Amino acid sequence: MSFLELKNITKIYPNGTKAVDETSLNVEDGEFVVFVGPSGCGKSTLLRMIAGLEDITSGEISLDGKVINNIDPSERDVAMVFQNYALYPHMSVYNNMAYGLKNRGISKEDITTKVNDAAELLEIDQLLSRKPSMLSGGQRQRVAMGRAIVRNPKIFLFDEPLSNLDAKLRNQMRLEIKKLQRQMDVTSVFVTHDQTEAMTLGDRIVVINNGIVEQVGTPKDIYSRPNTKFVAEFIGSPQMNLFNCKIENGNAKIGDVHINLENSINIQDASIGVRPDDIQVNQNGKFETKANLVEYLGSDMIIYSSIGNQDFSCKLSSKIDVKAGDNFKFDILSSSVHIFDNTTNKRV
Amino acid sequence: MKFKLTEILTHVILILGVLLMVLPIWFSFATSTHDNIEIMTGGMKFFLGENFSQNYNEVLNEKGGWSEEVTAASMFINSFIMAFGIATLKVVISAMSAYALVYFRFKLAVPIFWLIFITLLVPLEVRIFPSYKIVSDLGLTNTYTGLILPLVASATATFFFRQYYKTIPDELLESAKLDGANSWRFFIDFLLPLSKTMLAAMFIFMFVYGYSQYLWPLIMTTDEKYWTVVMGMKIIFTENYEGVALPRTGERFAYVILSMLPPVLVVVILQRWFIKGLIQTEK
Repeated sequence: MSFLELKNITKIYPNGTKAVDETSLNVEDGEFVVFVGPSGCGKSTLLRMIAGLEDITSGEISLDGKVINNIDPSERDVAMVFQNYALYPHMSVYNNMAYGLKNRGISKEDITTKVNDAAELLEIDQLLSRKPSMLSGGQRQRVAMGRAIVRNPKIFLFDEPLSNLDAKLRNQMRLEIKKLQRQMDVTSVFVTHDQTEAMTLGDRIVVINNGIVEQVGTPKDIYSRPNTKFVAEFIGSPQMNLFNCKIENGNAKIGDVHINLENSINIQDASIGVRPDDIQVNQNGKFETKANLVEYLGSDMIIYSSIGNQDFSCKLSSKIDVKAGDNFKFDILSSSVHIFDNTTNKRV
Repeated sequence: MKFKLTEILTHVILILGVLLMVLPIWFSFATSTHDNIEIMTGGMKFFLGENFSQNYNEVLNEKGGWSEEVTAASMFINSFIMAFGIATLKVVISAMSAYALVYFRFKLAVPIFWLIFITLLVPLEVRIFPSYKIVSDLGLTNTYTGLILPLVASATATFFFRQYYKTIPDELLESAKLDGANSWRFFIDFLLPLSKTMLAAMFIFMFVYGYSQYLWPLIMTTDEKYWTVVMGMKIIFTENYEGVALPRTGERFAYVILSMLPPVLVVVILQRWFIKGLIQTEK
């Protein structure tokens, strides 16, 4: 039995919108799971159902061997970090962290030790007497984390906690969250729409689209073997190129060039997926086309181009000299392609 | 130079405003310290007279009314009890009903809110007979409860609290829930401290409202023991003529000055709190 189990969870809002559809998922003790998907895909709703802030239309959630469907959020022993932190504006940092403990009837001395320990861990021990309005974004984030940590809950829930920070701070906090989770070994569920965050943080990633789980797996699994076209496009930056084509006997035609695939299959309407960094630019390439636009990123560059009316991008080392308007040659290796059936949108 | 000119002009306007507000009060105060004969012959006074302690002493301690038992002091106490009771209960009830309307999403919350809101169109003066009937049927005439209770529901304050609660982000409630706060705790630990300034402002308004009630206590009380300051203003020191027809203007002005003190005190005390809340933007 897993630590957190979701069984056929469905959420239908009163207005008839189906936010989450028959989702099942197991999370192991101490695992860091990331829900990722575009906005409005139901990932936050799912998280809020685990927290108890949203009613469950049907299905069953159990935490640590106990069904928690009808248990009040305050008794589920979960801690949540909100997108806007939801710090208590009228309380000092100390009281923000101590409030949950006070409500649980913990003695004053214990509260002081716990809050001080957590504050030290998060390096906010200098700020304990301040009000949230006197803190910077990063410090608020830490206080929100601290509030979750002091309670020593069964599970941490993060609802896009990094999206209000600037890029630099976001990377820094991302690392710290990961480190902290390792250190405390608490099961965590993290919701984000940012695939980089998902890839870097998660032990496992759950890709959600339109209320349906598209794929569950380790970041490596999901990146190297996306199960559906949606996952293929959503994970990875820049996104995977998909070329529509017909596959006959393992032979696909992109533009004017034929590629021999590894297995001899026949698909009327298929998509051949190639990651931008799997496109091999070289002098002897079979494909030749014009670079429409070149983005210089320092060590890398991205070329936007099209072949046979299909746009694509490729990422390569900026040492290679290609300018916008230049013709360039490249190869697509059959070992690095992902094949999807367009009728089912599934991987073949 | 232009800058200076506008500055002078603003100050002139401000000073005129201050004079407009303060002069009548000063005239009343100055007049209240004079002998009645002087006032009778010389009119309103600008400078202080010598009868300060005599006039004020008489106002506070002289027994008046038909029963010759009420003093101004007892009327001050009545007014204070009435105003304090009305203000406190109005604030508490409005805050709680707004809490119910905003956070407990029952089906009829919106119609009920509008129902409360339209009571603004039916002030006490309009419903004075039914109100009197109910209060007298309950046997509450000539009681403090009767003075206070019919005035404690406030659509205005409910509306203000409701609007304020609506600006508090939902995450705060959710976070508090996860921290183990039940609905009662959320109200006490979050909404009340967050709406501190609002509470103070509402208390000031409602205190002044309660203090200046005239019609309700007038028809509610037949026993002079329950008379309020505003009622007294019409009645007091009119029946004593000391043999000759000499109006006791000095005492009456003293009474007016004294009657202003409680609301002024409430404003001064709570204003500090109010401003403090405004300076620390905590939202």
